[in-house]
Amino acid sequence: MTTAAVAVSRQQVEDFLYAEAALLDAWQLDEWLMQFDEDAKYEVPCNDAPDGDPAHDLMLIDDNYVRLTARVTRLNSRRAHREYPHSRTNHQVFNVRVDGSADAISVTASFTVWRFRAGRSNCYVGRYHYRLRRGDGGFRVALKRVELDMTDLRSVGDVAIIL
Amino acid sequence: MSTGMPVVVDDPVTQRFRVHRSAMTSPDIHRAEIERIFAKSWLYVGHESEIPKPGDFVRRPVAGRPVFMVRGVETGNVNVFHNTCTHRGALVCRQDSGNSKVFQCFYHAWTFDSEGRLKGVPDRDAYAGGVNFDELGLKRVERVQSYRGFVFASFDPDIVDLPTYLAGAKDYIDLIVDGCGGSVEIIRGTNQYSFGANWKLLVENSIDGYHAESTHDTYFKYLMSIGTDLRGGVSGRAVDLGNGHAVIEYSSPWGRPIAKWEPLFGEDARAEIARLRSDLVARHGEQRAHTMAEVNRNMLIYPNLIINDIMAVTVRTFYPPAPDAVDVTAWELAPVNELASLRQRRLDSFLTFLGPGGFATPDDLEALESCQQGFASGGVEWNDISRGMGRSPMANDEEQMRAFWRRWQHQMGTAADRAGAQ
Repeated sequence: MTTAAVAVSRQQVEDFLYAEAALLDAWQLDEWLMQFDEDAKYEVPCNDAPDGDPAHDLMLIDDNYVRLTARVTRLNSRRAHREYPHSRTNHQVFNVRVDGSADAISVTASFTVWRFRAGRSNCYVGRYHYRLRRGDGGFRVALKRVELDMTDLRSVGDVAIIL
Repeated sequence: MSTGMPVVVDDPVTQRFRVHRSAMTSPDIHRAEIERIFAKSWLYVGHESEIPKPGDFVRRPVAGRPVFMVRGVETGNVNVFHNTCTHRGALVCRQDSGNSKVFQCFYHAWTFDSEGRLKGVPDRDAYAGGVNFDELGLKRVERVQSYRGFVFASFDPDIVDLPTYLAGAKDYIDLIVDGCGGSVEIIRGTNQYSFGANWKLLVENSIDGYHAESTHDTYFKYLMSIGTDLRGGVSGRAVDLGNGHAVIEYSSPWGRPIAKWEPLFGEDARAEIARLRSDLVARHGEQRAHTMAEVNRNMLIYPNLIINDIMAVTVRTFYPPAPDAVDVTAWELAPVNELASLRQRRLDSFLTFLGPGGFATPDDLEALESCQQGFASGGVEWNDISRGMGRSPMANDEEQMRAFWRRWQHQMGTAADRAGAQ
């Protein structure tokens, strides 16, 4: 527990999000995973239930740290056929809002993630919700929740990449 | 006109079963499928649990046609209507789900009730002789019937009744529903995704035991990494259920929320899952309880419904807007009143494998698209679906696919002949 939280600036959070996006775009997934705490969650609700609760509702993705690690292992292997060879992606983050009043920092941001593979282009649009903790010299991710604005996945096919 | 050269060649003498690849690529065959198969079959609309209360509704396309399913406020019946105003055509149900006593077309404000009756027409005096309210109710889809809560509709007024159509698939629906304690529901949250290949490749893939080890290697590695014992493997049989329906049933290398424990579920789930299993034994006897608890089922209900009772239960339907495009809609099915802890594990178990963000489904989509791309290469005219002919069909054979293709060929008739002249 840190007390009297040091004010968090939006720029610090933005720098963190941009660095995360760069790791994902470079497919440096091991380094990306290292930013997550071992009790962290990575969640993507279904398109028709963006407020989905993983305790009651079907999600597209509901990874605890074990499954998130398995997701990274899978995507690093040559046997995740949908992503071998990997897509080129461009994770774009904006409209960042930070609430650092509590011990855990709440962040919301808009995103577009472009995905290009084998002559095809897909675009994911939505909102990120993060819960960040202050860690050694930066932030640790406790929650990354990805709420999609598309009404379905028909235009993108699947969520085999990490958003 | 028949060319006498069907695209499905079923040769019991040489024990070869082949499907000409034009079945997956030809626009003519695709058009004929819409008329001869999708307009002439019982098609899954939804589950009664999605509309429990009077006035509850869901709307969705069935075989590409917008319809909506609503529980009648007066009768309590499940009504399935063509989603079009009887006046000039606009959709009368424009929300994906909700509850309403009336469905008003916003265009000219004609208003219908949940039983489909026309109730309101503004400025009706302008119609000479008055408006015939009886004739202008919402049009029901020609046939609607349910089996164990699964609602089906058919656009063919002359089709056989649903239980006759379902044939041997009925017993397997019973097995799944009774295994869940007799009452099931669709969980909130829908998978709606698409891929670029022929729909019949998804039929094959959904009931294909042969591809699991090779395509889904990363899934099995994940299971092993969390301590799942895979030594039992995937062994079992394929069953032709009649009318094009088929199932593979096989031993489960992974856990099943009802009722086979695995490390993914956690130590504290052992006792609960053992209790669920002994309940099944008490109610259904050891033999049937074993089938419910430890045996997986991947079932095709012809032509486009999959109910897979594997590490969780998924209900999946699909429709092809084009020969090389498929829209898939999938849900998760679960027992009603399931303990919260068990529900959580069931949800968890589903996501490891299934769905567009799972560890398996994206790789299936890649495989199917890869096949479709391969067809475009030409040079090879036929797919071979002979695996296991001449022996008692195993779960990793292809008899279940042959059951589908035989029915498909029968319904298509000469529309599925290859072009005569090259």
